[in-house]
Amino acid sequence: MEKLITIDNVHFSYAAEEENAKPAEVLKGISLEFERGELVAVLGHNGSGKSTLAKLLNAILLPTEGTVTVAGIDTKDEERIFDIRQHVGMVFQNPDNQIVATIVEEDVAFGLENLGVPSDEMRVRVDQALQAVGMYEFREHAPHQLSGGQKQRVAIAGIIAMRPDCIVLDEPTAMLDPQGRKEVMRTIRLLNRDYGITVILITHEMDEAAQCQRIVVIDGGEVRLDGKPEAIFSQVEYMRELGLDVPQATELVYLLRQAGFDLDPEILHADQCIEAVAALLEKSAQA
Amino acid sequence: MLKDITLGQYFPMDSVVHRMDARFKIIITLLFLVMLFWGQHVPTLLFGFAFVLLATVCSKIPPKMIVKSIKPIVPILIFTGLLNLFLLEGGEIYWQWKFLRISEQGIQTSVFMVVRICLLIAGTSLLTYTTSPIVLTDAIEALLSPLKKLKLPVHELAMMMTIALRFIPTLIEETDKIMSAQKARGADMESGGLVKRAKALVPILIPLFVSAFRRAEELALAMECRCYHGGEGRTRLRQLKSGLRDYIALAIMLAMLAAVIVINALMK
Amino acid sequence: MPILEAKNLTYTYSIGSPFEKTAVDHIDLQIEAGEFIGVIGHTGSGKSTLMQMLNGLLKPTDGTVLLEGKDIWAKGADRRAVRFQVGLVFQYPEYQLFEETVYRDIAFGPKNMGLGETEIDRRVRETAEAVGLSEALLDKAPYALSGGQKRRAAIAGVMAMEPKVLILDEPCAGLDPKGRMKILSQLRDYHRRTGCTVLLVSHSMEDVAKYVSKLLVLSHAKVVSFDTPAKVFADGERLTEMGLALPQITRVFHGLRARGFDIPDEVYTVKYGAELLLQMLKGGGPGC
Repeated sequence: MEKLITIDNVHFSYAAEEENAKPAEVLKGISLEFERGELVAVLGHNGSGKSTLAKLLNAILLPTEGTVTVAGIDTKDEERIFDIRQHVGMVFQNPDNQIVATIVEEDVAFGLENLGVPSDEMRVRVDQALQAVGMYEFREHAPHQLSGGQKQRVAIAGIIAMRPDCIVLDEPTAMLDPQGRKEVMRTIRLLNRDYGITVILITHEMDEAAQCQRIVVIDGGEVRLDGKPEAIFSQVEYMRELGLDVPQATELVYLLRQAGFDLDPEILHADQCIEAVAALLEKSAQA
Repeated sequence: MLKDITLGQYFPMDSVVHRMDARFKIIITLLFLVMLFWGQHVPTLLFGFAFVLLATVCSKIPPKMIVKSIKPIVPILIFTGLLNLFLLEGGEIYWQWKFLRISEQGIQTSVFMVVRICLLIAGTSLLTYTTSPIVLTDAIEALLSPLKKLKLPVHELAMMMTIALRFIPTLIEETDKIMSAQKARGADMESGGLVKRAKALVPILIPLFVSAFRRAEELALAMECRCYHGGEGRTRLRQLKSGLRDYIALAIMLAMLAAVIVINALMK
Repeated sequence: MPILEAKNLTYTYSIGSPFEKTAVDHIDLQIEAGEFIGVIGHTGSGKSTLMQMLNGLLKPTDGTVLLEGKDIWAKGADRRAVRFQVGLVFQYPEYQLFEETVYRDIAFGPKNMGLGETEIDRRVRETAEAVGLSEALLDKAPYALSGGQKRRAAIAGVMAMEPKVLILDEPCAGLDPKGRMKILSQLRDYHRRTGCTVLLVSHSMEDVAKYVSKLLVLSHAKVVSFDTPAKVFADGERLTEMGLALPQITRVFHGLRARGFDIPDEVYTVKYGAELLLQMLKGGGPGC
């Protein structure tokens, strides 16, 4: 697979607010690679540095040390800043504070208007983007008439209309109800699967991370774990230590294993768990 | 509740007037205002009335809505009406008490003024009823664009207007919520004198400002992520297009204005 | 006598307009003193409207609320006093902090109650401790706090009124697992210590199930069930139909039951689930 984003030994500190104060280092030497077409979760609790990492990916912030390369472009290259932002789109937590226009389709067009796309082509791309997130029939609604999940999907449409290679979503479901969460997660998976868009999902929700192909666990500004969800969540004790949850099914299996029963530690989903526990119960009934 | 206030009322409908180019609608509305103020005689009101009637019928806006638009200014109408009615002199005097009197001239002017204000409001609300705020903003930007040469930040002003329109419902909702939350902590906003009431606003205004600034900051970041860099090189999804109907409407308006000017000259 | 009672409680928004909507539909409800109740229901089920009626912020369009047997909408009833006794913490309460210091913000409610300096001071310090805010933080400006600290300061501001009933609307919204755990366990301790009645509105069944003694389930403006978590979760199908997700552990146990294992259907915590299974496995337990 082709490398899309390379993060090489990146450090980042915010400027100190008070004079003489030492700037706090938020990221302490992160090296990561994201490949084209991946669906990755960056998991970490609040203050772990995960949002800062997100902002480094499209040159909103620049590393104090190390380099971030997006599709071969160094994010420090000021000349190509709009190229970078077109490659890597970004969706934020609060759906209200990222919708600019008073009509859904106008908002989806906002990025394209900035890029100077001709209006005929813009029309086509806006309609396609709205269809991709399932919001086409709402194209003439005002944003405040929509639910949180719908607003977030409009925000996603506004990004994919710009035809990016990659979308970074910074806790896109944190302010949504379960229905809205489901809608957004379904949309994200669909964009990744059917449109081949690379998705980097910044989150602290383990059930969302479990739906991705790869999880990067961040804590204290460093990468702690990086791998498949099964491999990550099976480390129940370590995840707890980092202040993160694991799926209840995984936890149940963990407790049974602690008690000496032989079960596959890499169980995430309810049906896998039912299967394994049922087999165990049957075996013990026979014995 | 605050939520019940409707701002920038727009009535989406399919009509000739709705489809008109917003730039033309703005210009025609301005000419209409000029006509109303230029005309000093009853026939000008007839033209104004005819224009409002024609526009209402063509726009398919229910006449009830036009009446509704006048409602909020009824106190102003009564005030202007009474002022003119009792204080003006001229012609036959029908009734007098101290400095108050009802004269022929008074009645005439008072009726004239009230009808004129009604027409003025009716005409301008037809503009907002038939044009969505965003299109209106676009049209204002387009009409003002020659001023860019004078270094006037036309695009920025239009953008500010759009964002303001976008966030009015959000902030109204937020104000409602903050008020409820402070009331839940026993904030008393309904009693006491002016000073006490002004003080009671602090727990509402501060969180509201803090939140507005936070929103502004986040919105700016989101706009930056979507490559916003001012008006330069920007294209638009919605193109303003003028057609035959716009020119016809403008011609009708100009003809009326010309007639009013002629009548004014003749009746001097 | 129940501490809080809803009688035929109804609220309809925008009556007479095309947007007319009944958010709470003739609800009867009795809440006994000292209970810890979880309120669940999807968005638009009427949770928030119901909560705002319980403390007299919204005037019901029909029916009424009784606080300790007294009609809060009776003529001459003091609704401001009702709000002090039924404390309501709104969603994202940290957005309502406005004072120069955390101390003064927590003191806002008690001050409005007309309490004396020493009493206010006691309450501020006690509640700050209850939500885990150190003395040093009390003199800081609210904006200097972290997100979780701000949230807890705002909750303390309502606790400091020492209400008999404390209602919290989604107190964990937007927090990470650690932050959620912190607030929920602090609420449990607060409930144990003060014996005050707590109503906790939440989307997350997995979080709530562990702490509450009763669950109130709302759907389409009506009460669907009001019972112990075990009983509510036993009827999993109905909850799923209403668009409420069951905790994963409950789904696992329902699945095992469907396979014919003789297992209780009321499991909603991993700890209890594991204990049950271990008993069965070690004791040679019931088979198919």
